[in-house]
Amino acid sequence: MTSRTATLMAILLLLAAVPPVAAYFAEPFYLDLLRRVMIFAIAAISLNLILGYGGMVSFGHAAYLGIGAYAVGVLSHHGIDNGWLQWGVAIGASALVAAAIGSISVRTSGIYFIMITLAFTQMLYYLGVSIAEYGGDDGMRLKVRSQFSGLIDLNDPTAFYYLVFAILVLSLFLTRRIVDSRFGLVLRATRSNEARTRAIGLSPYPFRLTAFILSGALCGLAGALLANQTAFLTPEFMNWTRSGELMFMVILGGIATTAGPLLGAAGLLLLEDTLQGWSVLPKWVQEHWQLYLGVILVLVVLYARRGLAGLLPGDKHE
Amino acid sequence: MDFTLVVEQTLNGLQLGVMLFLLAAGLTLVFGIMNLVNLAHGSLYMVGAYLATWFYQLTGSFALALVLGLAGTLLVGVVVELVALRTLYERDHLDQVLATFGLILFFNELIAILWGRAAIYSTLPEFLSGHVQLAGNLRYPLYRLLIIGVGLAVALLLWFVVSKTRLGMLIRAGASNRAMVAALGVDIRLLYTIVFGFGAALAGLAGLLAGPIFAVQPGMGEMILIQVFVVIVIGGIGSIRGAFLGALIVGMVDTLGRAFLKPALSAVISPAAGDAAGPALASMLIYLLMAAVLAFRPEGLFPVRGGS
Amino acid sequence: MKKTTGSTLAALVAAAALSMSFAAPAFAQQKVKIGFISTFSGPGGVIGADMKNAVELALDHLGRKVGGLETEVIYGDDQQKPDVGKQVSDEMVKKHQVNFVAGVIWSNVMLAVAPSVTNAGTFMIGTNAGPHQLAGEACNELFFTTSWQNDQTPEAMGKYMQDAGLNDVYLMAPNYAAGKDMLTGFKRTFKGRIAGEVYTTVNQPDYQAELAQLRAKNPKAVMVFYPGGMGINFLKQYSQAGLRGQFPLYSVYTVDELSIPAVKHAALGQLETRYWSQDLKNEANVKFVGDFRKKYDGKTPSFYGAQSYDGILLIDSAVRAVKGDLANKKGMIAAMRKADFKSTRGKFTYGHNHFPIQNFYLLKAVAGASATADPVMEVQKTVFTNYKDSYGGHCAMKW
Repeated sequence: MTSRTATLMAILLLLAAVPPVAAYFAEPFYLDLLRRVMIFAIAAISLNLILGYGGMVSFGHAAYLGIGAYAVGVLSHHGIDNGWLQWGVAIGASALVAAAIGSISVRTSGIYFIMITLAFTQMLYYLGVSIAEYGGDDGMRLKVRSQFSGLIDLNDPTAFYYLVFAILVLSLFLTRRIVDSRFGLVLRATRSNEARTRAIGLSPYPFRLTAFILSGALCGLAGALLANQTAFLTPEFMNWTRSGELMFMVILGGIATTAGPLLGAAGLLLLEDTLQGWSVLPKWVQEHWQLYLGVILVLVVLYARRGLAGLLPGDKHE
Repeated sequence: MDFTLVVEQTLNGLQLGVMLFLLAAGLTLVFGIMNLVNLAHGSLYMVGAYLATWFYQLTGSFALALVLGLAGTLLVGVVVELVALRTLYERDHLDQVLATFGLILFFNELIAILWGRAAIYSTLPEFLSGHVQLAGNLRYPLYRLLIIGVGLAVALLLWFVVSKTRLGMLIRAGASNRAMVAALGVDIRLLYTIVFGFGAALAGLAGLLAGPIFAVQPGMGEMILIQVFVVIVIGGIGSIRGAFLGALIVGMVDTLGRAFLKPALSAVISPAAGDAAGPALASMLIYLLMAAVLAFRPEGLFPVRGGS
Repeated sequence: MKKTTGSTLAALVAAAALSMSFAAPAFAQQKVKIGFISTFSGPGGVIGADMKNAVELALDHLGRKVGGLETEVIYGDDQQKPDVGKQVSDEMVKKHQVNFVAGVIWSNVMLAVAPSVTNAGTFMIGTNAGPHQLAGEACNELFFTTSWQNDQTPEAMGKYMQDAGLNDVYLMAPNYAAGKDMLTGFKRTFKGRIAGEVYTTVNQPDYQAELAQLRAKNPKAVMVFYPGGMGINFLKQYSQAGLRGQFPLYSVYTVDELSIPAVKHAALGQLETRYWSQDLKNEANVKFVGDFRKKYDGKTPSFYGAQSYDGILLIDSAVRAVKGDLANKKGMIAAMRKADFKSTRGKFTYGHNHFPIQNFYLLKAVAGASATADPVMEVQKTVFTNYKDSYGGHCAMKW
């Protein structure tokens, strides 16, 4: 076990210990907050797979968050509350849409890739806004959270917390396995030197597309979780600023690191919560917290390129 | 269909097109030369609108407000370039997108601190608020004609500067081979600052033209920014000619789509289909166009000739 | 630099324990805690500021004591995002353990916030958004609103235009759920001919193309729904296109005290329907509007402010009725159902779904008192008396 892995383990242990500690101090709010952090961490992990390891700067990743959420919402709207089915459809539909978007956009690179992923997400956003049957811009209330045949009750905050936690751990583990696999090796190679990948006789296209689809599918699952967390879903989940936030989480945490997305999601969401809600801060900070968030964003990008993961003990750049 | 209406809507499309062009020109220059993706370009548009509106209220002179607003936005642009963006040129697009995303938050909130979150009052001066009788029963707002005129004049001026002057030569050279220009002893940093300031001033010009007809409020830049990105991607990034033609195409497609898509669908398929799909399709039209262009011509419709 | 794993772990655990220990458990209180959620950042922040100002004024009028008890109001910013609103409300309920959550501007935020608050057994006092779900099948005994059901306002406009015998009306709204609801509500009471019905892209800044289509249709009247910044764009361009004199413009939620300063004379002559106006002559409203202007350098409050002011007074009336026994929720529900407070709209009653049964007026933007003053909204006539919303039938609650 390297010391980086050990640090990640320590963080996960801490997360696992949150429910009993929160219960002891009678502070159940932290369960909700950290559950939301973990859900966004899963979305950020999925983005990190293509952005960090594959060098594909997707500026439209919020699309899958929306598709996953809508899969749950639409099925529930038509009276299907089975969680296995809902989440399966969330993953499947996200993968399908990712395949469609990916087949066009993965051929492009650089700024074109950024813009085309943005454009597709904008289309989905306007689609969501205009479908009145599913609430349009108002969104949809999830009357019943996903049902898992009595196996696990999402209305129980602790049970839901551990489920999200388990999915988080699984996503971390799986992306790590993918990155370390032969597939991951090629993916990383396409990022650092596309020409060389071609020269050794591998076309980067299928590798990049596969990664793009995997990433979309995982993000769709995060969307299904988010719909259950909020018990509500809206096209706003697909707003382009959301995609920007997901990217920021990856960068803030440390791009192409295992723990990065988790640290980034925690960093951004807790920072937001602190800047606006912490009464110790003077009023002019609380009222205009976005100004300071903007400055912090710029500073992180300019001067802290390795992100929060870079601050962890035992970090060595690969 | 009413012919006058088609002409009027074409003028509307042209007007939206030149407005998009003013924004796209700066964005595409900065991208083509410094290789910088600047999401905060919309913020400069907002700054231009605020400064011009504010100066108009202070001085009471529309012309003076235009000059001061333009100079002010240029100054803001240069300061932003020197303080924040300069270090981003050598970074990858990801860093640029994020840092300039941060700048958007910063500018929106800064404007809110200075002028409040509510939209501020802005209006046309009396002498520009009339209509012009163009033909038969076609009356068109004078101010909108002015926007078209200014936009076309700027396009002409840009073409002249880029293709006929020394500065333009450096810009073209910078776009195709940066290292070579620097090696020839040109102060590349100064060139960058000039180009960025120039782009900022154009965004500011679009903003100050927009001020009297749109709501001047924090965040006004983002609404138009994404359309501008669509323009430069369709036109071919880095190309002024592409930005101009792309802007006109997007302006036309968007306007005519909004005006005639619903009646067309209603006539061809069914009124119900027109009602249901018309508005949604109209708002997605330019993104569909962009996806189609990228799928078949990933370099855009009018890429830079011989550029990198 | 390499630390041992053990010491890292110990440090992290220690840090977590330390941060947890700050959050000491809350003790039983003789203090009213109100969590007020609104949008305080971004473009929507202008509405949030008006609501907050009105809340502060209400607290001043109550001597900073709601129901005679020491009072703490905690403000939370939903950033106009439903999931953030939900998180902020969880924070209010679970961390700050507030007795009441109030506020909320947007229907979508409300749909995420209200169920989560009432499920936790806490009162939710809406002071703006009135989505039909909460008036109908999702009504709840812990949910009250001091505003209106979304459809009531366009229904009032439809009634007025129907009574006025108008025909060939051209309708415009943004292409989203609220836009469609508004026009549906309008058509519920308006039975005349519709010349055209146009849905525009959400947050579209330029309406020139749609205005040209409108002119070509040559309608007798125009009815629109363009809230916030969209309304400012629309009004400016309507007026600049010279349509003001040509086609009379009616609207809902488009012109109010927050948008008038940005459009000034372009709003003149605009007709709106609303349950409240700054010139309503009841005692509570005169005091509210007068003191608001005094406290906030001459600013006229909007209906968002009036509702929020009412929200605090409603809570005050409930806490007084149970003599400060905040555990007596049944008692407070019963008290609130009486709507026993001096509302800025005058006397009103609650329907069984906890939505107000109230009057609706036709308002007109007229020139201000002096040449330089902004236009003001003034009541022209009463359109509906004691008007009930159309969704109560779906609400199973009985009392």
